[in-house]
Amino acid sequence: MTAPLVEMRGITKTFPGVVANEDVNLAVYAGEIHALLGENGAGKSTLMSVLTGLYRPERGEIYFEGQKVSFRSPRDAINKGIGMVHQHFRLVAPFTVTENVALGLKGGFNLNLNKIAQEIGELSREYGLEVDPQARIWQLSVGEQQRVEIIKLLYRKARVLILDEPTAVLTPQEARELYRTLKKMAEQGCAVVFITHKLQEVMEAADTITILRAGKTVATVKKQDTSEKELARLMVGRELKGLRQKPAASRSATVLSIEDLRVLNDKGLEALKGINLTVAAGEILGIAGVAGNGQRELAEAVAGMRTIVAGRITIAGRVLEQGNPLEAINAGVGYIPADRLDMGLVPNLGAVDNLLLKEYRQERWGKTFIDRRQVRLWARELVERFKVRMAGLDVPVKLMSGGNLQRLLLAREISTCPRLLVAEYPSRGLDIGATEAVHRLLLEQRAAGAAILLISEDLEELFRLADRIAVMYEGEITGLVDTAAARVEELGLMMAGAKRMEVGA
Amino acid sequence: MENTVLITILAAAVTAGTPILYAALGEIICERSGVLNLGVEGMMLVGAVCGYMVAVRSASPWAGFLVALLAAGALAAIFAFLTITLRANQVVTGLALTIFGTGVSGFLGKPYIGIPLPLSFKKAPIPVLSDIPLLGPVFFSQDVLVYLSYILVPLLGYYLYRTRWGLNLRAIGENPAAADALGVNVFALRYTYVIIGGMLAGAGGAYLSLAYAPSWLENMTAGRGWIAVALVIFAFWDPFRAVLGAYLFGGVDALTYTLQASTNIQVPVFFLKMMPYVLTVIVLIVVTRHTLAKRVGAPAALSIPYDREER
Repeated sequence: MTAPLVEMRGITKTFPGVVANEDVNLAVYAGEIHALLGENGAGKSTLMSVLTGLYRPERGEIYFEGQKVSFRSPRDAINKGIGMVHQHFRLVAPFTVTENVALGLKGGFNLNLNKIAQEIGELSREYGLEVDPQARIWQLSVGEQQRVEIIKLLYRKARVLILDEPTAVLTPQEARELYRTLKKMAEQGCAVVFITHKLQEVMEAADTITILRAGKTVATVKKQDTSEKELARLMVGRELKGLRQKPAASRSATVLSIEDLRVLNDKGLEALKGINLTVAAGEILGIAGVAGNGQRELAEAVAGMRTIVAGRITIAGRVLEQGNPLEAINAGVGYIPADRLDMGLVPNLGAVDNLLLKEYRQERWGKTFIDRRQVRLWARELVERFKVRMAGLDVPVKLMSGGNLQRLLLAREISTCPRLLVAEYPSRGLDIGATEAVHRLLLEQRAAGAAILLISEDLEELFRLADRIAVMYEGEITGLVDTAAARVEELGLMMAGAKRMEVGA
Repeated sequence: MENTVLITILAAAVTAGTPILYAALGEIICERSGVLNLGVEGMMLVGAVCGYMVAVRSASPWAGFLVALLAAGALAAIFAFLTITLRANQVVTGLALTIFGTGVSGFLGKPYIGIPLPLSFKKAPIPVLSDIPLLGPVFFSQDVLVYLSYILVPLLGYYLYRTRWGLNLRAIGENPAAADALGVNVFALRYTYVIIGGMLAGAGGAYLSLAYAPSWLENMTAGRGWIAVALVIFAFWDPFRAVLGAYLFGGVDALTYTLQASTNIQVPVFFLKMMPYVLTVIVLIVVTRHTLAKRVGAPAALSIPYDREER
């Protein structure tokens, strides 16, 4: 093969207290789809941010078409034709698609948006990236927004396209469409790099794979020379034990029952349009769906944090009153919100205080004043039991890693022996090891007889954990199936709103 | 007779609204770039006093006006350094800037209290246009700084909505990371717009001391800077709506004086003087309800310092 289009040699980048990249090498060729595989915190995103000029490395060199280059800002990288689609899209929400594409372009003082809109139309037809150039970003679905990001790069004639976990927000069908687009771009002579930690995705879409672990390059392999199993070993650095087959459900009494529930979202629009669900003790009910279809509102309503417009939530025989979290807690609800550091924990408090947040009303900690010594002992015990690693019991929890934060949150919510556990994207952003731990804890709770409402975007996770899977689309349940009888394609169609089945069981 | 009173009040509304308009336009630019500068009152005062000092010494109101722009711009540059480079809290820094500006202007202006201005900006009716009934005496029998503001508004509107630079300006206030990823220099642009915003606040201050009431009085802005800050919200960060708001506040201001002067209506003076501020509060309540209902509001990144390597 000819010389690589882009080559990174010996890249080292540190952040205060963390070495994100250490002596990393990467070579990407024109016409190939290159997967950058690694766990969270392996340094994939950092490496790509270095390549796009967002971060500046302490050491190392970048070569573009054999020439040594040095990017001082994203503008330098774009000028060379290197562009990136970030995991959190860099789009200006109140702007139109065209305005977002036009942003930062060089040219005259005046802005000819019509001409740009026309060119966007042509590009989207050529690459199968359908999107309305006049639409405003906030009106678009996540999948459409991703297309806008790609169009932005194509419009700038990018030759190296980098995508950071592009399929995390897509339905399986949308992901397949994306792969087709990426293939087309590679055929046109572009180099495509995508960051991922999903093995299946790598095997499906990539030509070449570079594996990073703990900030270092582990290996670069061709797809045909490797297997999912080998990749997993390279990525994690040890054999994966794999989860034991979950024991059969011992479904008994209904714990949570939701009848014709309607609630509004933060914008005052109807987020849940008449939901009916039941979860039994010892059962995990999975809620599948692309984020933003009412899952958050559902979780918050059950946790007593959202006003019920119509309908009824009953937990173990008690009807939940209007938006009262304390009542939900007393009814035995444990809640693991999606945003661990925002709603789940107080970032600037230490582990002890965070654990105490739900417990402090209990008289065993003292009637008026809290017995700090006893609380510390209890907190230490919990931290050890749940294997939360931290610098100290009083160090602000915001300094902890995602996996440890989640362990701490689970420790607090599980220690009260909840009847019902609401878990919202519990493994989002966690690496394989931490995800495994979360899954194990959820299955333990299931075995202990808790009812679990598991909201997830990750179908693999739902298939592994849930007994039944309900699909949410635009505030409605579009399907409810037994996991054993569920098919990925079918769920994908329901997630996209293209298919709906009568909800019986 | 009725008519002339109305015309007088309307003309006075435009005059009284102009300093607020300048300051509000400046704050719109600044906030659109994502920086909340609550130091408007302080920058106006510094502009007013510096402009006055130079105008007295040089006997040229234009020289005064220019220096007012530079002085307030310099103050804004300090603010920019603190909030953009050092990422200090914008609200606190803005409040400090107002206190600083109030103190400095009082100190500098002490010797100039009671000293008359040799030459101020005088009313200069535009030929032909000023003969149009109603519109002529209200809009076209003003001084040159008022005319300048007429040009500034559409210019700014065009810049914001129709040009590449305007697009970049709006983008850095909504999502600086998006703009940065496309090669827009967020830091340089924010500096630029904060300073331009400060210069316009200075222009508003200079209008007070060089045209509106040609004199220097300690604290002569009397809260107009704060009204301008509120006006930006009322205007939804849009220059055209800012004109409306500025003249509305100017109108209440003018009405206060007219009512004070008229003998047949007995209203306590303090009550009248309170009116513009009461109006500010009412307008903010009404507008806030409106903005919540519709999808309009502050630039999303307003008052959030940008840090490229934040993790």
